[in-house]
Amino acid sequence: MFKQTTAVTLLNLRSIPQRWGMSLATVLSIALVVGVLLGFMAMASGFRATLDGAGSDDVVIMLRGGAMTEMNSTVSRDEVRLLEAAPGIAASAGGDPLISSELYVVADGLRRASQTRANIALRGISPSGPQLRAQFALVDGRMFEPGAGELVVGQSVQREFDGFGLGETVRLGNNNWTVVGVFSTGGSVFDSEVWTDLGVVQNLYQRGSGVQTVRARLTSPEAITPLRDYVANEPRLNLEVLSERDYFARSAGGTTNLIMVLGWPLAIAMAIGALAGAWNAMYASVDARTRELATLRAIGFGGFPAFIAALAESFVLALVGGLAGVAATWLLFDGITASTLGSGFTQIVFSFAVTPDAALQGVVLAVIVGLLGGFVPALRAARIPLLAVHAS
Amino acid sequence: MTATSPLYTLKSLSKRYTRGKETVTIFDALDMTIPAGDFIAIMGPSGSGKTTLLNLLGGIDRPSSGEVHFEGARIDTLSQGRLARWRAAHAGFIFQFYNLMPTLTAAQNVELPLLLTRLSGSARKQRVKTALEIVGMGDRARHRPGQLSGGQQQRVAIARAIVADPKVLLADEPTGDLDRTTADEILQTLQLLNAEMGKTIIMVTHDPAAASFAERELHLNKGRFEERGKA
Repeated sequence: MFKQTTAVTLLNLRSIPQRWGMSLATVLSIALVVGVLLGFMAMASGFRATLDGAGSDDVVIMLRGGAMTEMNSTVSRDEVRLLEAAPGIAASAGGDPLISSELYVVADGLRRASQTRANIALRGISPSGPQLRAQFALVDGRMFEPGAGELVVGQSVQREFDGFGLGETVRLGNNNWTVVGVFSTGGSVFDSEVWTDLGVVQNLYQRGSGVQTVRARLTSPEAITPLRDYVANEPRLNLEVLSERDYFARSAGGTTNLIMVLGWPLAIAMAIGALAGAWNAMYASVDARTRELATLRAIGFGGFPAFIAALAESFVLALVGGLAGVAATWLLFDGITASTLGSGFTQIVFSFAVTPDAALQGVVLAVIVGLLGGFVPALRAARIPLLAVHAS
Repeated sequence: MTATSPLYTLKSLSKRYTRGKETVTIFDALDMTIPAGDFIAIMGPSGSGKTTLLNLLGGIDRPSSGEVHFEGARIDTLSQGRLARWRAAHAGFIFQFYNLMPTLTAAQNVELPLLLTRLSGSARKQRVKTALEIVGMGDRARHRPGQLSGGQQQRVAIARAIVADPKVLLADEPTGDLDRTTADEILQTLQLLNAEMGKTIIMVTHDPAAASFAERELHLNKGRFEERGKA
């Protein structure tokens, strides 16, 4: 049976070039399905990777209890003081707790490509702020001076928005700021932000002494437990303590889910179209070889090898289509930069990422389309009437 | 089994087709025996049932009623799988349009029936080589059908029919698509296979010249056989 099946399968595969038009249409339609799916997945993966890249297990973010994002959180000065004495928080070389109180406001910038206005995150940070970001590096210029109208800008902001060149003066809200430095956090969400001194933001945006979040470096990832216990048992604190990784996963979840909720149905709808294409191509293939298949049956071959061979042909076409779709998506989309509105109503710049996992899912979808599309024609191949040997 | 014992015995064989509400009888209550080693040409007008009879003898169609016995065993009641195995073991088919696989070489085409056997790869190669040499195509083993003339393709088809050493060769208009000279060469090859290898050959043809190569001619007309002496 194995010899029979191999022989008939090779016969089928070798005859594909004889029907190259129909076969190519099948390959292309399946490639398109995989391309669309992977496009959405690359977007979701890139967005998630950007936020995940910002998340660390030994950095915590503390927000008002019940606040889902920084935008709707408030933390009073008194609460910050209590947190400075909390257990589990690492200390700087000078012995001070590695804590950054932060205030996050929305400013607007001019997008370089479209010359339209879009929101930018202006973050006021404490001196320890940069040390709480993994991979932080000042790539150009210097840090801002406390109390001065100076900014350091993330690389993504500098790349995507006008007016943030080193030494330039930019107007955000009612104030003019001087760009004194450019930083990178390795492509994470912070690269889409502009940082300045916390006190200056509090003052210029009339936020009093309150902040929105407190970031702190833990002595170890496990130290989050005593910190949480401390916060829970201190009646003057009404805060939620999250590891930075958990916080960003929560923030990314909504957007990535939305992307995938759009992507999968569209891909499935297109897959149904491609399935019809594969079905049609395989019917044409079986019809074109009716006499060959009947001859094999007359010689003594069984129907099962014909069934497997037709299915194998469909599988191969789908696999080629799937791989072509992955290759095209990778060439066209992988690494391209886009931006979208994040949970803080500011633009988050991210890169499309065609991940191996997404590529595998695309190929699996292609193969499923191929096998489903080939199943009924394969049954037909197995049931070719023997009398078709006399077909001219 | 002796040389004259029947290879085939047909008992009260009938074949009817239904077209819409109409039933068309091709032949009815046909009785016949074909001895082993015979070379028969079945002739008759179009629609007389020549090819239908060949299909029944080859186990690629089933009778409406009656029995087909091969070497004393009934074959018309075999399951599809058993009938396929019977065809693989006992029957070789030669078709008017050769029915070769266009993407395979001559040798690969000839090897197809051997894939249904337990022969090793080297044994299969040797059998293929011998079969191709018998039909005079030993030097065309690596050619694909598209690179061969009609007569050469039919020779490859004959090699495919004999490679598994079947007892009977069933040929449907084997020279219907060939010129006279080539047709005669093919028919001489069939004569050779009958005379020297003892193959029973049942050939359907409408061509009296082709039929003259057979040992005897059977004329099928209006559902009845009529044996005629050779000219």
